[in-house]
Amino acid sequence: MSKTSEASTGCGGLCGGKCRSTLADGVSKNNPIIHQVLGVCSALAVTGKLENALVMGAALIFVSALSNLFVSLLRTLMPRRIRMIVEVAIIATFVIVFDQFLKAFYWDMSKQLGPYVGLIITNCIVMGRAEAFALQNPPLLSIVDGVANGLGYALILALIAVVRELLGSGSLLGFQLLSASWYEPNILMVLAPGAFFTAGILIWIINALRGSAKEEKRP
Amino acid sequence: MNPTPSLVILVASILTNNILLASFLGMCSFLACSTKIETSIGLGVAVTFVMVCTTGLNYLLYHYILVPLELEFLHFILFIAVIAAFVQFVEMFVERFSPKLYHALGIFLPLITVNCAILGAALFMVMRHYNFLQSLAYGLGSGLGFLLALVLMAGLREKMGYANVPVPLRGTAVIMLITGVIAMTFMGFAGMITMQ
Repeated sequence: MSKTSEASTGCGGLCGGKCRSTLADGVSKNNPIIHQVLGVCSALAVTGKLENALVMGAALIFVSALSNLFVSLLRTLMPRRIRMIVEVAIIATFVIVFDQFLKAFYWDMSKQLGPYVGLIITNCIVMGRAEAFALQNPPLLSIVDGVANGLGYALILALIAVVRELLGSGSLLGFQLLSASWYEPNILMVLAPGAFFTAGILIWIINALRGSAKEEKRP
Repeated sequence: MNPTPSLVILVASILTNNILLASFLGMCSFLACSTKIETSIGLGVAVTFVMVCTTGLNYLLYHYILVPLELEFLHFILFIAVIAAFVQFVEMFVERFSPKLYHALGIFLPLITVNCAILGAALFMVMRHYNFLQSLAYGLGSGLGFLLALVLMAGLREKMGYANVPVPLRGTAVIMLITGVIAMTFMGFAGMITMQ
């Protein structure tokens, strides 16, 4: 809750009440992973450990906030025909910055995340927000939107990672929580199928909670 | 250099290290384009073709331009630019010379630019220190592996039309669960080949 108020006072006069709704939209109402099924690749790949998921979430917040800001600043200057290339170049720049930062200060983490940091470039969330939001909105509101969508993504990642790490290795962030004397860790949860099962069940639960109003339209 | 023989890489990237089922790359188009067998074959073939060509191109550009200039950190930008330019070029070429093929594959080509499997294959190639031949084998194997997973899923989804799936499970949720089962069966190949 403190994040919401902080962000909405941060750009108070410029975008007024819109900030709060933009933030809420990205985090819960229109969560990119659950409701729009964007960016699932990395959501499945880096969630074997909670630590990795948190770093990945931070990376996405950083990249999507800053790329939204710059796309929004350039939105009146760039010709429509080449906007995709410009957007990709901006996003790739921030991904490189984050990747170099990880390599310089957290080498082990960089090794564990492997190619998935680089794959933020093709993460549909970042590109989708630049295209759908930052092209039409002022810079500060665009930053809020980038942070909100990044937060929504990080939240789901953390949720999946908690389930997978707890059941798969009986620990969280490296601390052993479920004692080996009575809990036999289920390796499957750390491997690929566990990721698919956890994500499937999570989407199932959320759909069931939201009611079936939207689902009925589907064939 | 990576000591694994190219043929082993080819087979391993189809079965044991499947780019979709083991590395989770290309999920977006996998979820969107696996409703019909015909469309899934079209997308799979297009991905395989683009993947082989771009891993080869990216290998040459990375090792003969970026490495001598010590600009390795720019490889993200280089790879994505090569992929986007190549896809655009293929699209124009196919449209000009084979309108029939264009109608069959045309709609998939723009999708491929943002398919993370293509960029992922190029990044894995650099990380695992493949040589040129190994890179081509890896690109081909990953493309075929993607095709295999996509067609399998499309076949299941066509049959699933007759099943009465519980309402909250419909859509993404049930596909995720099925993909989990497919990934589990592919793990059965694990002892057969090991790849670095």
